[in-house]
Amino acid sequence: MSSNIAELEKRRDAARMGGGQKRIDSQHAKGRLTARERLEVLLDEGSFEEYDMYVEHNCTDFGMDETKIPGDGVVTGSGTINGRLVFVFSQDFTVFGGSLSERHAQKICKVMDMALKVGAPVIGLNDSGGARIQEGVASLGGYAEVFQRNVNASGVVPQISLIMGPCAGGAVYSPAMTDFIFMVKDSSYMFVTGPDVVKTVTNEVVTQEELGGAVTHTAKSGVADVAFENDIEALLAARDFFDYLPENNRIGVPERPTDDPWDRIEESLDTVIPASANMPYDMHEVIKKTVDEGDFFEVQPTHAGNIIIGFGRIEGRTVGIVANQPIVLAGCLDINASKKAGRFVRFCDAFEIPIITFVDVPGFLPGVSQEHNGIIKHGAKLLFAYAEATVPKITIITRKAYGGAYDVMASKHLRGDLNYAWPTAEIAVMGAKGAVEIIFRGKTTEEIAERTKEYEDRFANPFVAASKGFIDEVIYPHSTRRRIALGLRKLRNKELENPWKKHDNIPL
Amino acid sequence: MFKKILIANRGEIACRVIRTAKKMGIATVAVYSDADARAPFVQMADEAVHIGPSPAAQSYLIAEKIIEACKQTGADAVHPGYGFLSERTSFAQALADNGIAFVGPPINAIAAMGDKIESKKLAKLAGVNVVPGFVGEIESTEHAVQISNEIGYPVMMKASAGGGGKGMRLAYNENDVREGFEATKREGLNSFGDDRVFIEKFILNPRHIEIQILGDQHGNVLYLNERECSIQRRHQKVVEEAPSPFVTPKMRKAMGEQCVALAKAVGYYSAGTVELIVSGADPTGESFYFLEMNTRLQVEHPVTECITGVDLVEQMIRVAAGEKLALTQDDVKIDGWAIENRVYAEDPYRGFLPSTGRLVRYNPPVAGWTGDIRGVDGVRVDDGVRDGGEVSMFYDPMIAKLITWGATRDEAADKQVAALDRFELEGLGHNIDFLSAIMQHPRFRSGELTTGFIAEEYPDGFTGAATSPDLIRSLAAIAAFAATAEADRARQVDGQLGDELDPPLAWQVKIGDVVHDVAFEGEEVTIDGHDFDLAIEYTPGDRMIEAEAEGDNLSVKIAKTRMGFKMTTRGAIHQARVLPANIARLAAHMIDKVPPDLSRFLLCPMPGLLVALHVQEGDKVEAGQALAVVEAMKMENILRAEKTGVVKTVNAKAGESLAVDAIILEME
Repeated sequence: MSSNIAELEKRRDAARMGGGQKRIDSQHAKGRLTARERLEVLLDEGSFEEYDMYVEHNCTDFGMDETKIPGDGVVTGSGTINGRLVFVFSQDFTVFGGSLSERHAQKICKVMDMALKVGAPVIGLNDSGGARIQEGVASLGGYAEVFQRNVNASGVVPQISLIMGPCAGGAVYSPAMTDFIFMVKDSSYMFVTGPDVVKTVTNEVVTQEELGGAVTHTAKSGVADVAFENDIEALLAARDFFDYLPENNRIGVPERPTDDPWDRIEESLDTVIPASANMPYDMHEVIKKTVDEGDFFEVQPTHAGNIIIGFGRIEGRTVGIVANQPIVLAGCLDINASKKAGRFVRFCDAFEIPIITFVDVPGFLPGVSQEHNGIIKHGAKLLFAYAEATVPKITIITRKAYGGAYDVMASKHLRGDLNYAWPTAEIAVMGAKGAVEIIFRGKTTEEIAERTKEYEDRFANPFVAASKGFIDEVIYPHSTRRRIALGLRKLRNKELENPWKKHDNIPL
Repeated sequence: MFKKILIANRGEIACRVIRTAKKMGIATVAVYSDADARAPFVQMADEAVHIGPSPAAQSYLIAEKIIEACKQTGADAVHPGYGFLSERTSFAQALADNGIAFVGPPINAIAAMGDKIESKKLAKLAGVNVVPGFVGEIESTEHAVQISNEIGYPVMMKASAGGGGKGMRLAYNENDVREGFEATKREGLNSFGDDRVFIEKFILNPRHIEIQILGDQHGNVLYLNERECSIQRRHQKVVEEAPSPFVTPKMRKAMGEQCVALAKAVGYYSAGTVELIVSGADPTGESFYFLEMNTRLQVEHPVTECITGVDLVEQMIRVAAGEKLALTQDDVKIDGWAIENRVYAEDPYRGFLPSTGRLVRYNPPVAGWTGDIRGVDGVRVDDGVRDGGEVSMFYDPMIAKLITWGATRDEAADKQVAALDRFELEGLGHNIDFLSAIMQHPRFRSGELTTGFIAEEYPDGFTGAATSPDLIRSLAAIAAFAATAEADRARQVDGQLGDELDPPLAWQVKIGDVVHDVAFEGEEVTIDGHDFDLAIEYTPGDRMIEAEAEGDNLSVKIAKTRMGFKMTTRGAIHQARVLPANIARLAAHMIDKVPPDLSRFLLCPMPGLLVALHVQEGDKVEAGQALAVVEAMKMENILRAEKTGVVKTVNAKAGESLAVDAIILEME
């Protein structure tokens, strides 16, 4: 017996060393943790159960049969985050540069299959040089196997990707199909073709960081959701983020205790809307004063800042928040904002997370580039997402709700369950001045001014919309949290189904 | 007594006057501009009258509008507060013409004291010390020496037209005068085209001390002791106290009696303040000299109220109504010590940059005082804003006055530190940390003040109060406790695989470069293996922690960050990284990112609109040259080059909305 145990320990020790001390040291020197260390930070202490520790690659070409390392460049298994089950894979850069072989892919597929079967989220830690070129097409096949599973799992269990090193070529499409992507600044990058190829083909000179670094993807491209300073920060943030997510699409949002009173009154919200209609204010304040303990996990904070998305809790239960942000582009909807919020709304709907929408939107952003780049289709994504969502939807119009953008932002007409307006709300086709200039085209300036006043008096309030039943109640800003909490209680047993279909045809 | 008082002012002083009027059973009327429509003083008053647009010149400074508001509401008296119309004879006259009482001094006294030269002459006549000097034509160097000898050294020779430090020479002895007089003349001629020079006594270690005067219309004038206001920044008072640590009873009597004589000489009644400059270098206390007299209620009047128990606003109202003072000089005592700190909307961490905007959170340590003039347990807050209120660009940047009273000076200062720790203020830059730093400063505690205190003690600006290793240890323990509580709560989520997990009990806390290992075992707390005495409560979501750490009572403002907490207490902000011990081991591999050198960058100091950009790439700029204009809250802020250089890249364009710290341009 004892020799068997000794053999087990020997093999385990060998596997745990990955690519060896030298490579581990080199990984550390770059400010990166090893695959196993990352799992230590991510998962509850001692909760990780590793699978397929002894799997080796099956390649015999180019002398590969002489170097086999147990685990084959990826550590897979399951564990818990604050007690809740999660399946994980963590690519090991110290082993063949974390490159993906057929067996490496099989290991990932195994945990994904398990996760899907039992209804638990998958978190992937990506740190890989790409396909194992020695294996050729076997490696490509491996990628596709993973892709297929990403798609199968999409909308069934939450999938989160942490990019913690290189992720290039075909490899990018696995994280791209997961729900959220976190990146580490100055240490991770994602691109389909790297700077060298870019230079050869288009003659553009660009660094890895500029082409596909964390800042590029979280600010410019919107490919990734949040950028973090280092491995540990990213992994701890992933723990916090995981706490908001349901285990799967059937079980509903997690709940945890809070001492924040459900009916907390925030007097200061009564003055958050500035006296002048053209003055901006920070919608973050409204969100933070509404959710439990002011705790709001913002997603894509540096991309399309004119709309805010993220998770908070009300009475300890997760809600998805979507809000126009008046301090950026006056809170207009544009292509990026529509795409950003549309995808988020669909995530929430897929996983039974109620959606709270704060509206202060002057309309869609005008402009040639917006039109030519397809604002029509992209704007339709957000409209589509809200319209098809069957989760509880509570909407608060704080100020402007103009034109088509009013319709889009979880209006009553798109099956909003509870549509509230603050007394400062203005629900109209457009701003008073623009409207009057159309209705009274060609009139004198004085007359326009007079009519503008008339239009303002008539429409610059929530009561016209309320008189038509488009607003359920005009509420005090200070009671916003109380109203939402009560609303969510009432909507907890909401039942609503869309007509049966194979799937919808959202304007992609 | 009056039936209804109109307060021709705004903000904290309007609230202050309304409170006393209410106590006296007098109805109140507020007047307000557009910007103040939602201000607390408007709501506190029984009636409110809108008097125009936000700029004071179009509202609070227009006497006719105030008088109209009086007529409209039937107010029979006006309290002018401080500033605005409080020292305008024309306003007092207009009120008199309309039969409305002015809660302030007689018109001729305002007029006499309003003129700097005239008031000095009057003071001299009344027997008040004035700074010795010679104003006439100085004929020669010998004449200058003779004058200087009479005045006594050191003396300051100043070019008449001089300013900004130019054309000024200090002389400590006869020789200095001989050597410097002609040079001063030449400098005056060269710089200002005027070679006239005057000589006056140079006040060493100058302190600003003032005497509170109170008189009635029946010829009684008292002095209500002194206040010291030496701690100033650019002539703006920051800290005031009463009594002064420099003033002896003998000196107080001499100062008080001289000031009373001056008040009597001009037939003064109501409250007034004689400002004196005092040489801290003269231990006899005889070197005090008249500066000017303010014929109104002072901002810092509460410290006098706290030590004398006299409600000055009430006295002003009674005097204006013709009542005799109910107290005599013998009744005026000094009970304990009071300190006032002015909480300003300016950011000491950013070169005291003025800041305006929304008070996202405003939660003072005690609510605005209502009953006891010494507030609650010796802590009084005079304010005119509220949670969610606004500090407007149109008026004074003072947010609130925090006044503490204690049996001793140290007790009053300790109360300041504790109260400032509990003062919650978010949304704009403020000087709470700076005030706390002053309150803890050994030199402040020693009482060795001069008007140069801030410039001398913070020559390179402010980066937070000095923090002791003991405080860092306490903060480490508090941070670890809060982290445990957060982790414990996170582990109470539903849907768990097994039994609820225990939170980590061993933590590593890093604050600055200091690392402490904190461990919890039952009720026991250890830091780096040594027992630590900690009594604390924390519930996730709390923004303030009250703790007793090793016998030290601490109030710590706390906010979660990605890897720990931001903790603010005792005048400094601390970023605490808090990691479970097993993870902290791995943190050693993380590379500390060196913050980029930002001195070459012009950063947007506040969120706002880039209105204008005055330079292009490649432009050579001089230090102090205007580079860009950022508009925030309708106020245009001119951003200037800190040093001479060449513009390398321009990263923003006019019309863009910029976040705070956004890079506008980069210098080579």
